[in-house]
Amino acid sequence: MENLQELFHGFTIAVTVPHLALMAVGVLLGILVGVLPGLGAPNGVSLLLPLTFGMQPVSAIILLSSMYWGALFGGSVTSILFNIPGEPSSVATTFDGYPMARDGRPTTALATAFGSAAFGALVGVILITFLASWVAQVALAFGPAEYFAVYFLAFASFVGMGGAAPIKTVVALAIGFAIAAIGIDTVSGSVRLTMGIDELVKGMNFVVAVMGLFGIGELLVAVEEEFHARAVSSKIEWREVFRAVGRLPRHSVALLRSAAIGCWMGITPGGPTAASFMSYGIARRFSRGGRYFGTGEVEGIISPETADHAAGTSALLPMLSLGIPGSATAAVMMGGLMIWGLNPGPMLFVDQKDFVWGLIASMYVGNIVAVALVLLTVPVFAALMRIPFVIIAPLIVIICVVGAYSVSNSYLDVVMMLGFGIVGYLFKRLFYPLAPLVLAIVIGDKAEDAFRQSMLMSKGSLGIFFANKLVTCLVVGGIALLLLPLVLQLARLWRKPASPAAETPSQEKVII
Amino acid sequence: MRGTSLFLSVSAAVVAGSAPALAAWQPQKPIEFVATAGPGGGTDNIARAVQNIITKYKLTDQPIVVVNKGGGSGAEGYVYGKASAGDPYKVIFGTSNAWQQPLVSKVAFNYTDLTPIAAMAQDEFLLWVKQDAPYKTAGDYLKAAASGEFKMGGAQSKDTDEVLTRMIEKVGHVKLTYIPFKSGAETAVQLAGGHLDSHVNNPSESLGQWRGGTQRPLCVFSPKRLPQGAKVTATEGWGDVPTCAEQGLDIKQYEQPRTVWLPGKVTPEQAAYFVDLMKKVQATPEWKDYIEKSSQIDTFLTGADFDKFIKEDLEHVKQVASEQGWLVK
Repeated sequence: MENLQELFHGFTIAVTVPHLALMAVGVLLGILVGVLPGLGAPNGVSLLLPLTFGMQPVSAIILLSSMYWGALFGGSVTSILFNIPGEPSSVATTFDGYPMARDGRPTTALATAFGSAAFGALVGVILITFLASWVAQVALAFGPAEYFAVYFLAFASFVGMGGAAPIKTVVALAIGFAIAAIGIDTVSGSVRLTMGIDELVKGMNFVVAVMGLFGIGELLVAVEEEFHARAVSSKIEWREVFRAVGRLPRHSVALLRSAAIGCWMGITPGGPTAASFMSYGIARRFSRGGRYFGTGEVEGIISPETADHAAGTSALLPMLSLGIPGSATAAVMMGGLMIWGLNPGPMLFVDQKDFVWGLIASMYVGNIVAVALVLLTVPVFAALMRIPFVIIAPLIVIICVVGAYSVSNSYLDVVMMLGFGIVGYLFKRLFYPLAPLVLAIVIGDKAEDAFRQSMLMSKGSLGIFFANKLVTCLVVGGIALLLLPLVLQLARLWRKPASPAAETPSQEKVII
Repeated sequence: MRGTSLFLSVSAAVVAGSAPALAAWQPQKPIEFVATAGPGGGTDNIARAVQNIITKYKLTDQPIVVVNKGGGSGAEGYVYGKASAGDPYKVIFGTSNAWQQPLVSKVAFNYTDLTPIAAMAQDEFLLWVKQDAPYKTAGDYLKAAASGEFKMGGAQSKDTDEVLTRMIEKVGHVKLTYIPFKSGAETAVQLAGGHLDSHVNNPSESLGQWRGGTQRPLCVFSPKRLPQGAKVTATEGWGDVPTCAEQGLDIKQYEQPRTVWLPGKVTPEQAAYFVDLMKKVQATPEWKDYIEKSSQIDTFLTGADFDKFIKEDLEHVKQVASEQGWLVK
């Protein structure tokens, strides 16, 4: 076990007093930028980057990656408490996290999220430790056609299993694709859908859209429903933190399934966002409490959180070994690597063993430090829920406005964010699902690019999506997921109408 | 030693700055560096390197913040610069995009909306192929590409990479399928995975890949070979890469300048201040270090030289763009 030896050597580098201190500082800063929406991990890391120029590369990457872990955890806090996702990948956490917090169980929601996130991250690191060289090769097999197939799979797993009427899901998706198309098109280089507003050339920022759709949208609905009449009474309960974490093993199936999805999407460059959505969609179909998803189900929090962190962690591997950043934050860190004089790429594992294994060891330690720190803060954050609605509502508006502005210091973004608030409100009122809209905004343009690049390569032939085993499996899996609800419905009609056990035969088709 | 002398000259300038004779224009509030690219890219790196050097040597009393406005292939940053006319506290870092992009897409700016400060470094272009590709020279490559089945990858559409691809087609009498990706780094990975046949990345974009043995450069689009520098692989360094012209692919020079701009309608004193500031940055050892690590060529074009460079490049790109039917009306 050569890898294990290297890992232990890594631990001797990572577990030193200065490095542990750096981890704590990084994690705390990360939680801070994660909690403040609009700041987010990529911005936080780029703010910190200049400070690291004088450091040893190992120390620098430990500081930055710890900040990344902290931000990932922090991003879930606002998703759960205020329905404002700080990072694209924590959108799916809002679906059940927020209802649970509203229901008077913010402590449980936060502790469950952090516990399962830590589990996901751990699985991701273990994967990196043992399969580093193999995993690095997998990513290389991904050309445009394979990329498109992965995105297609993510869409299919969510759409085919969505709870809303299929036609409404398609409408939401279509609107999302249109929004994702705003700005410069990668493949043709032309400007699209800017409607005469020069600034729109930059495209629609995800944070702006999501803060409006979720934060402001939810607020408008709440105001209408006179939510404030029902004050949330949450007790600060230390014991509940541990109890919630202790209950996690009961959901081991969901944990393992989500970690597997997360790792898979992290290595194949699908990324954490697609992973969390896909994991949530699949859990909704196959989890025992699936039909109650959206009302504050524990597994509705576990699934996206575990997958998100498993993917986020394993996405650092392609960055190190191939030089492809798996996320915006990884891109910033890669810039850092170059400035420190290291070149991400296959040789890093040979030339810079101390650096690589120091980093991997620090992932273990850093995540433990992060989860310990973040669990300590749960009661503090949960206490925020006791603040009356009349105070918290304007606060949410302020957070959203400041957050939208700080994305790129643009007033237009604030106006847009408010516009998205109205869209979010209308969606909720008319029972259109928000998740497909958000998913299309986030990965819609990437899917489009990948599709058109594939078409350029194959000179217009769809055969490229069945050209090798990998891409064929992905595409067929996607189609199967897409048709699954239809098949189930037909099967149900075939037997007898309104059979309560209609779910059971579907279990055989659980092959993804 | 160099640092000391610079420090002396800077402190001299600060002392002199208090005298009215030299008090031309000095910034009075924080300065914003606008990188017309996302975090981590070449344009972002140069903006942060300059910021770092200025802060380290205290070349100005004012704090400097770097903001990324890389949306729309950089158009976001330039549009922002245009909208900030008359504001000398916004320094825009870009590439030749500033004059090339308005030619081929309907973006709401032109380089004439901005005040040129300097071109501070030139990035070279090389022709890269997969490590195990059968061809050893650009000539072999062209022969193989005559089949018309070759896929050339590059960053963005109708940008520097595609312009160079079209030039190769014309000079080499071949037809290539150009596939645009979001960045050079992404393109490099696609080549490593065998999904492409070649690309024309800058040295820094494929350095790690070359060292790791997934791809190798055939030739460099430069009039003479690059400076030797340290070895990249066990046996070769940048200086060992032949020029494309000597291998029969007759494109003598193709470079991408890293450019610095102020918004339009600033006073000549304000522009002069930043030209001077960038000159001071360039004299530091940290700058040399940055240039070497990113494998770029050190250069400093300003004033009439910079104008001339833009005009010539613009003429050239316009010709390629009109042949390809890219020009926007």
